Amino acid sequence: MIGVALGSLWNRRFVAALTMASIALSVALILGVERLRTEARDSFANSASGIDLIVAARGNPVQILMATVFGVGSAGPGISRDTYEMVAARPEVAWAVPMQMGDNHRGFPVIGTTDAYFTRLRHSGGQPLVFAQGVPFEEGDAAGAVVGAEVAARFGYAPGTVIVNAHGAGAVAFDVHEDAPFTITGVLERTGTAVDRMVLVSLAGFDALHAARGPVAADPFDDPLAGSGLAAPGAGEPAMPGGLAVEDDATPEGHGGHPVDHVPEAEAAQDADHAQDVDHAHEADLSAAEDHEHDPDHDMATDHAHDVSPAAGGSEGQADHGDHDHDDPEHDDHDGHDHDDHGHGAEDVPDAHAGHEHTPDLLNAVYVGLADRGAVLGLQRAFSEYRGEAISAVLPNVALLELWSITGTAETALQLMAWAVALAGITGMVVMLSATLEARRREFAILRSVGATPARVFALILIEAAVLTLGGLALGSLLLTVATLLADPILSARFGMRIGAGLAGRGELAMMGAILLAGLAAALLPALRVYRMTLADGLSPRM
Amino acid sequence: MSPVLVLDNLSFGWPGAPRGVLDIRSLSLAAGENLFLRGPSGCGKSTLLSAIAGMVNVGPGQIRVAGVDVGMLKGGARDRFRVEHIGMIFQVFNLVPWMSALDNVQLPCRFSAARRARAGGDPGAEAHRLLSALHLPEAAHRAPARTLSIGQQQRVAAARALIGAPELILADEPTSALDEDAKAAFADLLAAECAAAGAALLFVSHDRGLEGRFDRALDFRDLNRWIAP
Repeated sequence: MIGVALGSLWNRRFVAALTMASIALSVALILGVERLRTEARDSFANSASGIDLIVAARGNPVQILMATVFGVGSAGPGISRDTYEMVAARPEVAWAVPMQMGDNHRGFPVIGTTDAYFTRLRHSGGQPLVFAQGVPFEEGDAAGAVVGAEVAARFGYAPGTVIVNAHGAGAVAFDVHEDAPFTITGVLERTGTAVDRMVLVSLAGFDALHAARGPVAADPFDDPLAGSGLAAPGAGEPAMPGGLAVEDDATPEGHGGHPVDHVPEAEAAQDADHAQDVDHAHEADLSAAEDHEHDPDHDMATDHAHDVSPAAGGSEGQADHGDHDHDDPEHDDHDGHDHDDHGHGAEDVPDAHAGHEHTPDLLNAVYVGLADRGAVLGLQRAFSEYRGEAISAVLPNVALLELWSITGTAETALQLMAWAVALAGITGMVVMLSATLEARRREFAILRSVGATPARVFALILIEAAVLTLGGLALGSLLLTVATLLADPILSARFGMRIGAGLAGRGELAMMGAILLAGLAAALLPALRVYRMTLADGLSPRM
Repeated sequence: MSPVLVLDNLSFGWPGAPRGVLDIRSLSLAAGENLFLRGPSGCGKSTLLSAIAGMVNVGPGQIRVAGVDVGMLKGGARDRFRVEHIGMIFQVFNLVPWMSALDNVQLPCRFSAARRARAGGDPGAEAHRLLSALHLPEAAHRAPARTLSIGQQQRVAAARALIGAPELILADEPTSALDEDAKAAFADLLAAECAAAGAALLFVSHDRGLEGRFDRALDFRDLNRWIAP
């Protein structure tokens, strides 16, 4: 009987293949939505599982969680180091890890923290962070960095690699801290959580990056400095310890004059197109004057500098440049956000920042681990009533639930869509089976004449439906596996989330079973028609 | 040897129809005998064959095939009985179009262990033998049935009816779609193969020209009193 069913389907293989493909698509969609949903939840939960409380400036718990743990969105205003001390000093608190964020390294969040992060933080149900290579940065080491597995894998980083970071959270950096390079001291083992895509530096290192500004809003467009076009001079250059030593007069072309003087002809035309005023000139100059020590980031950094750099040349630009003329030591401290200070090596920071508003003491969040988890609610209230500063203490798990309740509607909509597609696929199958019944009446009559009972003819239709549905399930799973393998690196890079091509879990098997049953149930319709038909036709169907 | 087919006071009318279709006092067909049943279309020949094959409900005691009272069988049992004891050949469209000639011939063996056993345990070889005996070219054995000519298709149908040696072959106007020469040749072949297989043959046709090729010939109108004037 199965042979007859397969043969009959093979005879109609084009339509059968289309039917199977439509079922496969819906299967892949249903399972994909489900897998994505559960993996996202697992990944998020695993990322936050080791943290009992997150203390941050008062705000929405979901936003705080997203920004601090997953590096998504704005971290909000900072909290003071005094608050951190207060938190850490509470008797209920077993450990407190300060967190600074808002920068990115080629699209990956840069986090300023202490080495307690590596010793204290747990993920995925209590696992510690393990170093695949190297060691944590030393406390107070302003140039050490530890990168997550995804970051290391993506760019081929290993201990010893020198990297630079950009301001803001976007993958497209407008403002690159080329002046504050970091040397990677360690690479973490893959965790399947948000940590995989983090670049962790010491608080001192983060402060060095941000010496010129307050805590970062983590959104380049919110940053009043982003549009100032001051990125250029530093941006064009990797950090040069000797950078400042080069006096204007000592550079071949001289820096004394206006930027417009330095615009190479080749760039002049290009500059004319710039809507904003600006400063390519300096880049060109410095490039000529100084030795490039290109690190892998440099090309990108230069591009970005170009993008943002307000147009050099142009007489109206001159006035602006007067204020921001970078390499001129006289201007170093003349205004609070002069990017030029980034032109200094880290060791220059103390001098260069005299008079700056920056308060390196500001943190974005503090991760808190409790000695006794039972104290968490009391402590949360105590923190929210803290008078020193407006802070919130977020329970990650509660915030996650809140997040899921927000995304739940969308998830449900996605699931409904997926099932609707499945319904369409199965309907297509029923249409196909039904449409061919008339043409197959003779076939059924012949089968009856050679001994097939009406029940067997009925079964024939069901077997065909089962073959189509099972084929669709198999093809759909295959499709999903391929899609997963293709999407895995992207999801891993964007969200630190790994779906993996794992075998179907129990939930997925149940769904596949449900699809199979739905297919068979739908096929009852044409099967019953055939049953009646074969009874009525007997051996002489009217054709 | 008991007759293969016995009709005894068979009467049948389609449910709801004002008058009956069949009213036959008696008819008997011995094992290996072949009978030509002549009659115009619409006289109830096909209904008789359906009744014998157990496709329509008749009362108990009216039809016996191979000693079994067909009217006593129910549902699935009739289907199994039919495939075990009866081979059928229709006017046209005998074959599952997408199956090869060989697969079509083997169909009864798929549904009946008895036919499979009588085919010698290797239905493929037996099908091949029958097709060759019925002069189907070797090349046509594996071709899908729909690619064969009508004459070839009828010979494949004959082979399918014969495989596994059922006691009775029912042929319902099997030659009506064939040309004159082919008709005679097919009737001869079929009769010969039935004789070789020891099967009784009930050959129903309106074509008087074939009458002389069978052991016995009957006019359906003489047999069926509903038709008789």
